[in-house]
Amino acid sequence: MIILADSHRNVYMIAGGLTQFKKTNFNEDFRLNVKHSLDYALKDSGMKIDDIDGSVSAYFSDHLQGQLIAGAMSNDFIGLAGKPSKRIEGGGATGGLAFQTAYEEIASGTMDTCLAYGFENMSHVGTWRGNDIIALGSDASFDYPLGGFYTAYYALMATRHMYEFGTTEKQMAMVSVKNHGNAMHNPYAQAPMDITVDDVLKSPVVSSPIKMLDICLMSDGAACAILASEEVARSYSGKPVLIKSIGSSSDTMRLADRPFGTVPLLPNETPDMYKNLKYPGVHSFRAGRLAARMAYRKAGISNPQKEIDFAELYDAYTSSEIQAYEDMGFCPYGQGGKFIEEGKSMLDGDIPVNMEGGLQASGHAIGATGIMQAVYAFWQLQGTVHRHMGNNRLQVKNPHLGIIHSHAGTGAYEAVTVMEAV
Amino acid sequence: MGYGKLLKIDPLVVEWNYTTEYRHSYAEDSPFFIELGRGKLLGSRCKSCGFKYGTYRKYCMYCGSETEDMDLPFKGKVHSFTTCYYSGETFRGDVPYILVLVEFPGIDSLFMSRLFMEQGEKPEIGMEVVARFKKFQTFTVNDVYFVPA
Ligand SMILES: [Zn+2]
Repeated sequence: MIILADSHRNVYMIAGGLTQFKKTNFNEDFRLNVKHSLDYALKDSGMKIDDIDGSVSAYFSDHLQGQLIAGAMSNDFIGLAGKPSKRIEGGGATGGLAFQTAYEEIASGTMDTCLAYGFENMSHVGTWRGNDIIALGSDASFDYPLGGFYTAYYALMATRHMYEFGTTEKQMAMVSVKNHGNAMHNPYAQAPMDITVDDVLKSPVVSSPIKMLDICLMSDGAACAILASEEVARSYSGKPVLIKSIGSSSDTMRLADRPFGTVPLLPNETPDMYKNLKYPGVHSFRAGRLAARMAYRKAGISNPQKEIDFAELYDAYTSSEIQAYEDMGFCPYGQGGKFIEEGKSMLDGDIPVNMEGGLQASGHAIGATGIMQAVYAFWQLQGTVHRHMGNNRLQVKNPHLGIIHSHAGTGAYEAVTVMEAV
Repeated sequence: MGYGKLLKIDPLVVEWNYTTEYRHSYAEDSPFFIELGRGKLLGSRCKSCGFKYGTYRKYCMYCGSETEDMDLPFKGKVHSFTTCYYSGETFRGDVPYILVLVEFPGIDSLFMSRLFMEQGEKPEIGMEVVARFKKFQTFTVNDVYFVPA
């Protein structure tokens, strides 16, 4: 089945803002976090809160925050009470899906301007308890009671990926080194680090083969993006960025349910590339590949390897960034380890990935994360990294097309969005 | 939520404990958990398309048809594994422990379980494992576990 619904109106991102992601931020609550990121975006675009038609809020867990309907609390705090609003929740993909929902509000003609904002304050529970709560985002009858938690699920995927394709722990460590190193130039990043492959390999094993420095952080933080129709986008002085297309997909919640079949092909792939590969198996984020395929088709991208200039990929684990290179078609399936080893995802590589540090080093305030990625992509495509970060080290040279990508669970929901400089 | 323990003055941070008793119904999955107590490991076979599930389910994810219960073989192979040195709070006392995805001959999907091994033994992909059952039922998926065959 092919999903081919055309969007009806062009949608632009016209401003973005974010707070620095922190391990704990007890000085401001989630509402003030949101406001701080919003104030930045409003100032950057010259907009006022009255110019916003409505909002989409993004946060993952009511349990982490200990507050339900937190979106409504944020709305009246920032001056949006009385305007249409909805909350989007989709695990790790929450922010990415909320961003796409805001896109739909504009594309459908429901709104001319829409604020997508996301937040999470994960410091309200300890790490072990946080692991527990997040693990309830897996099957609570069959998976969680085993002592299943997310690092373990990704480790099961990584173990099989290593077995199938020869991916190594060293290649995974290279992702961590790259992303933590990139973050050294990002003032918003939670954990910039100048580390080596050895440092990663020697960090404590959390769930073999995944080690402490292969894992993203729990964070407090917020991010927001203001989206607008073409007409409105033109009326503001800044440099709008076109949201070219969106794609999303889903997969079985339980890893154990992933069947074995044939690989859904991306536009730059042929069936003979995967003659003997049983897919998706537990080494693959099938939904990521399907979401990419949908987004590429709608954006008219026939060769992502050549056409995409940079990507913000979901690197909650170093292994998942490697898997995402493959899901996005940056290299043939199974070759993600080589892709990082050859430096192709480095700042000066073929397709720079997670220039600002990704989830690994920027932080993962879950609901904010997908929107944080959109803000970074927006700044890249505007060519304004220098203005927002105070230095130009992370700016990709003249980028035209960028993608942002996130997933929930072990790929239960995935969202891929293509953004274009115009 | 009760009165909190004072953690910090500026900003004011208090800590409180929030607990909930959940009535977790296995509902249509109940036969699987009940049969574990009789030393049986149930999978499911779709009556319509024939897909054989290594993890019990009453309805087929492909065609929506009702499935029928089938006995899974006790012997399988390790499809993937991990050793957990950290976990969620609830399982903090259990670390380290090994999780495996088990593949059974002739079955189209997998089953996640714990693997118990002797000290010094290491899990491997393809290793043969066999199901064992807890003597006293906990009415969780832990009532079955695997050991090297
Ligand atoms: Zn069926």
